[in-house]
Amino acid sequence: MLPDTDVPRHPTRAPSADAERAAVAAARRSRHRHLALVWGVRILLVTVGLSAWELAARYWVDFDGRTHFSKPLDWKDHAQRWGIDQFFYSQPSQIWQRLHDWFTVGPSSGPIWEHIGVTLWEATSGFVIGSIAGVVLGILLGRARFAAEVLAPFIKAANAIPRIVLASLFVIWFGLGLSSKIATAVVLVFFAVFFNAFQGAREVDRNLVNNARILGASRTKVLTSIVIPSATSWILASLHVAFGFALIGAVVGEVIGAKRGLGLLIAHSQGTFDAAGIYAGMIIITVVALGAEWLLTALEKRLLRWRPPSASEASHV
Amino acid sequence: MTQPVIELREATKRFRGSTGIMTAVQNLTMTIRPGEFVAVVGPTGCGKSTTLSLVSGLEPASSGEVLVGGKPVQGIPAGIGYMFQQDAIMPWKNVLDNVAAGPRFRGVRKADARAVATTWVERVGLAGFESYYPHQLSGGMRKRVALAQTLVNEPKIILMDEPFSALDVQTRSLMQDELLRLWAGTGAAVIFVTHDLEEAIALADRVVVLTAVPATIKADFVIDLPRPRDVEEIRLTTAFLDIYREIWDCLREEVARARRGATLNAA
Repeated sequence: MLPDTDVPRHPTRAPSADAERAAVAAARRSRHRHLALVWGVRILLVTVGLSAWELAARYWVDFDGRTHFSKPLDWKDHAQRWGIDQFFYSQPSQIWQRLHDWFTVGPSSGPIWEHIGVTLWEATSGFVIGSIAGVVLGILLGRARFAAEVLAPFIKAANAIPRIVLASLFVIWFGLGLSSKIATAVVLVFFAVFFNAFQGAREVDRNLVNNARILGASRTKVLTSIVIPSATSWILASLHVAFGFALIGAVVGEVIGAKRGLGLLIAHSQGTFDAAGIYAGMIIITVVALGAEWLLTALEKRLLRWRPPSASEASHV
Repeated sequence: MTQPVIELREATKRFRGSTGIMTAVQNLTMTIRPGEFVAVVGPTGCGKSTTLSLVSGLEPASSGEVLVGGKPVQGIPAGIGYMFQQDAIMPWKNVLDNVAAGPRFRGVRKADARAVATTWVERVGLAGFESYYPHQLSGGMRKRVALAQTLVNEPKIILMDEPFSALDVQTRSLMQDELLRLWAGTGAAVIFVTHDLEEAIALADRVVVLTAVPATIKADFVIDLPRPRDVEEIRLTTAFLDIYREIWDCLREEVARARRGATLNAA
């Protein structure tokens, strides 16, 4: 037993009284009910949204028989309808059909998996290169006060540039291949990660640094065992956003000009007035982004095991 | 007369603050012998902590001399330990690795560092908590980790900056007893900064009273209460109360001055 009256802040086992067990079981049941309700409402929202869209596109007709949109082509069977015009807005069943076609027959520009693979490769390479560069430069500059002071206005200016425009420039520099998309992704990722790493390295607790120095840490040891671990939570937070940026960089690059990739599929659909194709491309990109987000969350959990659970995670029952 | 382990000669420290140059410590002269436990008291915000940072080498003196082990302080002197007011243990390391940090920084192999850390974790009463992370510990337990982290390097000088001020009264007395017990065998000199006069008298061989800002030495009292001491018990003895009254008479004036200064600054 400790000489202290202190006990570790850990959930203690409840006494094995029946009442206590019943209370715990009731709390667990109410938690399950709550989860079921949340998911039920979510599914309901999606169903209602999609059905309304589908029905609006399929059945809403102008009672006067006048058309409310000037049509680029003479679509006889659509001429009497208004509200949500499926030509412009498409409808869920068409999008589903398009996705189904892509994954079974494949789009005209090549197999769907090749497009996904290319985009994923571009985004991932851009993400890895941009993050490493951002972390290294951010931490170094965060610790070098003089250099940070000198470079501050340049960094601000670089951050103010609408960087997505660089995608056009990169197509000229690097051509229609993968490298122009990777370059766009790198630029977008770099700044997102750089600023967080920079901030993280600057906001290291001075007490921690002083304590390490007193305990005998050299400058390098202070960097590796105090600065980098402290900045890790900042950096990981930025990586979530950064992968999204990497995907945007890759897709925008492809929309501007490419031979393969999801951006090309979207650009192609746009060229043929195929709204369903654009939605289908968006959905595939969203699924990819969610997958990456899931992986990053797992990584974050693993690296930040030492952190206390946040208030939202440790909710009371 | 033994060679002093710490010597401050006319040490002065100025800071550049938001309202211009501020002198935190002025012409401070003080010597500390090996194995001596010196408590430094003074009104809040008077530059007590600055004195410690001068000795630790974290801040250079603006003028005057600071000697540790007979040599002028340049960088962090060897054989020094420092317990900070706020938590300074690494939140991403568990108890054992936090205590092992000192030896690791000094190039000891991981297994050896952990072995010596294990004995210190036991000595501060945290056996069984080696794999806990700081956020899973109470404030008192985190202080024990910090204490073990400092003592594992076997410092000849221990600097303590109000280390127990954030603890509740009961835990604080426990930690004070624990500190005296652990210090007794080491022969290390201690400078213990506090604003709590009771704590100062209960722990120290000497109590140094500082003036309100800019801090300089106002008086130096020898506390000849017998050791080993029980901090809870000793407070109730008449000898303690006599000393307390004597020092408080001296300190009161400075506390009042510091308060007037604070209200002037606030106005």
